[in-house]
Amino acid sequence: MKRLYLLLSGVFAVLILLPLLLDKYVIGIFVMIFYYAYLGQAWNVLTGYTGHISLGHALYVGIGAYISTYLAQQLNLTPWVGMILGGIVAVLVASCIGFLGFRFGLRGVYFVILTIAFAEIARLVVCHIKPLGGFAGIFLDFRPSFYNLQFRGNVPYYYISLGLMAGSVLFVRLLEVSRMGRLMIAVREDEEAAQALGVDSFKYSMLAMGISAFMTALGGTFFANYVYYISPNTVLSMGLSIELILRPIIGGLGTALGPVLGSFILTPLSEISRSYFAKGGLEGLHLILYGVLAVLVVLFMRRGILLYLRRALAPVLRLEP
Amino acid sequence: MNYALLLQLTVQGILLGGIYGLIAVGLSLIFGVMGVINFAHGPMMVMGMYVSYWILVVLGIDPYLSLVLVAACIFVLGYLVQFLVVNRILDFPEAMQVLPLVAIGLILENSVLLLWGPDPRSPKTLLGLAAVPLGSATIDVSRLVAFCLAVAITGSILLFLKKTDLGKAIRAAADNRTGALLIGIKVDRINNFSFAMGAATTGAAGALLIPLIPLSPHLGHDFTLTAFVVVILGGMGNLLGALVGGLILGVAESLSTLFVPATMKQVVSFSLLVVIMLWRPQGLLGGRR
Repeated sequence: MKRLYLLLSGVFAVLILLPLLLDKYVIGIFVMIFYYAYLGQAWNVLTGYTGHISLGHALYVGIGAYISTYLAQQLNLTPWVGMILGGIVAVLVASCIGFLGFRFGLRGVYFVILTIAFAEIARLVVCHIKPLGGFAGIFLDFRPSFYNLQFRGNVPYYYISLGLMAGSVLFVRLLEVSRMGRLMIAVREDEEAAQALGVDSFKYSMLAMGISAFMTALGGTFFANYVYYISPNTVLSMGLSIELILRPIIGGLGTALGPVLGSFILTPLSEISRSYFAKGGLEGLHLILYGVLAVLVVLFMRRGILLYLRRALAPVLRLEP
Repeated sequence: MNYALLLQLTVQGILLGGIYGLIAVGLSLIFGVMGVINFAHGPMMVMGMYVSYWILVVLGIDPYLSLVLVAACIFVLGYLVQFLVVNRILDFPEAMQVLPLVAIGLILENSVLLLWGPDPRSPKTLLGLAAVPLGSATIDVSRLVAFCLAVAITGSILLFLKKTDLGKAIRAAADNRTGALLIGIKVDRINNFSFAMGAATTGAAGALLIPLIPLSPHLGHDFTLTAFVVVILGGMGNLLGALVGGLILGVAESLSTLFVPATMKQVVSFSLLVVIMLWRPQGLLGGRR
């Protein structure tokens, strides 16, 4: 274990120094890698650790993005505070969905459909709210300053997103070894057995839902202030919900490093193929590649690529098998 | 209240509801036999639409006439998906069943995008804009034909499942997998056939929709969700329920345009979905859970 932590600290140090060497375009790709790793991690807290599958996480990205942006535009509130408020609203919404889902015993596919339904309702409703820009969305004014969470160049975004990702990995690792995390895993493995042993599965499912929603909403605020444009069909779309679950699945669900590994594999693939194929008029091709990869991973490496990497590196890092 | 408008909307809702029913019958059949939810259902329907569109443009055959051909194509597609992927994930935990099908939906959606481009298309068809009066309402002929064909196909599927040996074998496999295996039914083949048939019905529904809505590669999600709503309304695995659910949803969506903008009608259907799931998860007509 010790060697693994050493290796990870080394990687982290390299990532901190990396912007000194890279050009703008590559830094932009790294920002996306960190961003999607972070969102995947947020989803992983819910689905990886308690087993409840959400296919509506774009809802929380949207809440984070819209609330901080709206407050910044109307009240000139700094997005640093706005993102916390967005996170709180996301927690409230997630609690409603979680309460309905867990209290009424909607499990498996029914819970998936419940989360999709709420996300789609939110998307359609936001499409019709004039102050939020309706279908057209909101363009953010570019006013670079720390207060506005907007910066010239993408090096500051690099560090913020790196911080989000590293923080989330650390958090999930601490969660994993905590009592709460263990109980969440118990709920995932066998909810009835866990309940029989006195685990309050409702409580831990709700906690996971809330944490996951809060984290996702912070990501939404970051995204809004990185691309300066949000619309219901980007930050609230089902496409985003699908996009953000692919990385943890391919990397390894229910592990702290899985979403990061998945993002390091998928995001460069998507960014490069997106720009490469779109030039040739093949705009959907990267998503087809994603789909094929996801199917193959589920069929042949059900527990994600991380497991195989771990096995391969176990002798070097002296991990327990 | 304007009664002529009310009548018009109700009739339109019923007619569209028939097609919703046909889409959902396929989903319900697949769920009934294998307990798998086909998250790629909508994209399969869109595939059917584009195949039909292609036949119309290249060969000049009208969607109604090419219906069987389109259904056959999507049957093959469904068979392949089942054979290559779904058969291998039947014993997986539910989480791992959802994801490959979502991924297949992604593959299909973007294949359509790649092959036919992102622009919406509304091809000219045989019956096009013809309409007949019904009291104070008017009915598009293409809607009427689509409805009749949809109900006829649904009816013949129900009949097929009731009367033929293969149909009985499918019902047996859906009812009790182990029992069906014990009496010598080749459940694997039944699975393949059912999934392919479910896909073919949704492909046929896609062809019927061509004169009614403009084609676009991204229609799939909406129709997957619509099919979920219908199936949950009628009861998972209950085929007659799917038809009834389709009619209810069609009318509900159509009438909701009296109160909310047309683009919001899905908010109504999703809210209906949530209420039904919480209040009566076995569906209005009862189903398997």
